[in-house]
Amino acid sequence: MAIKTAVIDNIIVPINGEKNLLELIRKANVELPTFCYHSEISVYGACRMCMVEVEGRGVLPACSTAVEENMVVRTSTKQIRDMRKMIIELMLASHDTDCTSCPKSGDCRLQKIAKQMGVNKIRFKQMKTVQPVDLSSDSIVRDPAKCILCGDCVRTCKEIQSVGALDFAYRGSDAKVITCFNKGIGEIECVNCGQCVKVCPVGALMPRYHINPVWDAIYDKSKTVVVQIAPSVRVALGEYFGHKPGTTTIGQIISALRRMGFDKVYDTNFGADLTVVEEGKEFLERYAKGENLPQFTSCCPAWVKFAEQYYPEMLPNLSTCRSPQQMFGSFAKDKLTKDLGIDRKDLVVVSIMPCTAKKFEANRDEFKEDGNPDVDYVITTKELALMIKESGIDFDNLELGSFDMPLGFSTGGGVIFGSSGGVSEAVLRFAADTLQKGSHQEFKQFRGNEKLKVSEIEIGDVKLRLAVVSGLSNARKLIDKIRRGEEHYDLIEVMACCGGCVNGGGQPITDDRTAVEKRAKGLYDNDKMLPLHISSENPYIQQAYNEELTPKKAHHLLHTTYENRRRILQDDFLINPAENKTVSLTICFGTSCYLRGAQTLYTRLMEHIREKGLESKVEFNASFCGKQCKKGPVVTINGNTIEHCTFEMAVEEIEKHV
Amino acid sequence: MGDNFSSKFERVCAILNKYNQRSDKLIPILQEVQEEYSYLPEDTMTYIATALGISPGAVFGVATFYSHFTLEPKGKYIIKVCDGTACHVKKSEDIIGVIEKELGLSSKKKTSDDMMFTLETVACLGACGLAPVVVVNDAVHGAMTKEKTAELIKQIKEEELANATV
Repeated sequence: MAIKTAVIDNIIVPINGEKNLLELIRKANVELPTFCYHSEISVYGACRMCMVEVEGRGVLPACSTAVEENMVVRTSTKQIRDMRKMIIELMLASHDTDCTSCPKSGDCRLQKIAKQMGVNKIRFKQMKTVQPVDLSSDSIVRDPAKCILCGDCVRTCKEIQSVGALDFAYRGSDAKVITCFNKGIGEIECVNCGQCVKVCPVGALMPRYHINPVWDAIYDKSKTVVVQIAPSVRVALGEYFGHKPGTTTIGQIISALRRMGFDKVYDTNFGADLTVVEEGKEFLERYAKGENLPQFTSCCPAWVKFAEQYYPEMLPNLSTCRSPQQMFGSFAKDKLTKDLGIDRKDLVVVSIMPCTAKKFEANRDEFKEDGNPDVDYVITTKELALMIKESGIDFDNLELGSFDMPLGFSTGGGVIFGSSGGVSEAVLRFAADTLQKGSHQEFKQFRGNEKLKVSEIEIGDVKLRLAVVSGLSNARKLIDKIRRGEEHYDLIEVMACCGGCVNGGGQPITDDRTAVEKRAKGLYDNDKMLPLHISSENPYIQQAYNEELTPKKAHHLLHTTYENRRRILQDDFLINPAENKTVSLTICFGTSCYLRGAQTLYTRLMEHIREKGLESKVEFNASFCGKQCKKGPVVTINGNTIEHCTFEMAVEEIEKHV
Repeated sequence: MGDNFSSKFERVCAILNKYNQRSDKLIPILQEVQEEYSYLPEDTMTYIATALGISPGAVFGVATFYSHFTLEPKGKYIIKVCDGTACHVKKSEDIIGVIEKELGLSSKKKTSDDMMFTLETVACLGACGLAPVVVVNDAVHGAMTKEKTAELIKQIKEEELANATV
């Protein structure tokens, strides 16, 4: 059978199931500029940069044109070139073009495409608007004046993460990408994953930088500053210094950190090894008792916040283990203060993460002692690159360094945490070794870049069904199936970012569409190079359990609790005022209580009140989550909270007060 | 509304039930809720989002896209000034100017601070023979001039004052 072809810029190109013309053109090695096209999310067709001329059909946007046999396409003509330049000029005319002080400068797609298109003059009047920068979140900064309305963040948040924290609002020239009711992004259901930051072509969405307080801590002579590095950082940071994605540059990173003035350089993988042991033990216990299964992993802070907001009834199924970052933080603050004989307030723990949500996690109240956080500052891979550049360090010519002991020693089980499937693989290695001493199995079935990986594992006579899922919309689908009783699992690993931490919101932004796979491969290569692969074999972990980590202390330092979390910060509001009120009733209308019948309860109570002629005495308020989700519907009557409230219970309580 | 609900919120619940909590019915739901409150309160929009299983941002997006919806409470008197072709030619802009000046309003600020007046412009009221036309709540005032408009506002204010002191 003859191969179907199309002609692109005079070259015959074979058609092989490309989903749109843009993909075919890119396969023909023409890098058409785009702002709003990302293969993982839906086609939007707004930026008009990918316009091409199709013979017989005129000028069309390639992203939303289907590939047809024998198409004759030109990607650059005078008309198209003029149009592209004009579009860029119009965008620049309404954009805050303060490039020199913009943190996105260098990574900015608008800057890059303007340069690529040779735009060196803007013929239109500057229409820059002054808009406040949103600093409400620990993780993400939103600068609306830089937004070009490509909608990439909107579709990513909705389609990949099923959160929908950002959306378009208003119309025409007033259109904006905005949070609901224009609240701060830190006050709404945003889970801080930073995937919007990754797709934003300009500086409208950026990680919240914590570079300055880290420098201040380093310069402060009274502080001992230690740093931990997450696995995914070592296979990505090199990209800022001209290395290919996946290149491990941990030796250079360690040396750079010492030169910058960090007192000790440690590895988050030590925390990951601890996590494997704690989470593995917890899983085997739960499995033996048949309790709270499936067990969900809890390493990903974006997933944890997601679960707290949308699946409160699943919280008992989350592992109570802290994430590797937080295990490292609490253990380091406990151990190092004693070993070095210093005060907790004089020990500063900095962590370098591929993730924006880790910034939010470090600031959670659960991870503070007397207000002092276990992890003081979190910086992303990008921020570390900026600090190294700022220091003038010649990264490539650094002599290689190695971690400080003991918190810098780790096994391969810790290093693969950065890839989706890695946590499961590491926990299974530990579980297999616990159940069958010396089994040394690898469990490679969870590698690869699929968003959902399901496998059944047999270890001796134990049969386990596991799922590894990344991308929160995929997690949502899976959990909804479990809720409906369609699926059963024993252990589920959830990572908010597709592919895991290697694709985190704090990672380098690259045009290499295979970067995530390459970084993951880099981690598995690191695992191969290490002498030990099972976390419990880490001698320093064993030492810790023999010396300081008594079961009670391990529980205190390494485990946590979760809270039912309201999606949006909003005050209770009055729905039925009463003139001579003697009863004030507040009914929760949060997601969980809603699903448990809060609305029907309210309607019946209102009918009852009317029948009894009590309308002037009973006041009704609505709340959007009293954080008692497991016990819903929740009603509070004159300060008395009734859980699992029924119509009869509420009526009885009302009658006491009228 | 023909039913005996004592609370607007109860009516919202009934509207949601009527549409079976279907998210594709968001627009008619918002329309009916707005009829109830005369605007769309934030809390109510959050509740609608919860009930429909969509993000509050999506509800906000729809509510701000259509000019039919308003997110701010409106005044007791809604003044509609026609700015259709006929009224525009007959200088409806001057009338808008007078009302804005008298009530301290602007193109961004549509409702007076005392929550008495809301100014709206409409494209055509179909009463071109009476141009320029001003409608206050349901009363139509035709062939308006700047002076007549100022007088009309003064009259409403005086009536309000008289009622308040009774």
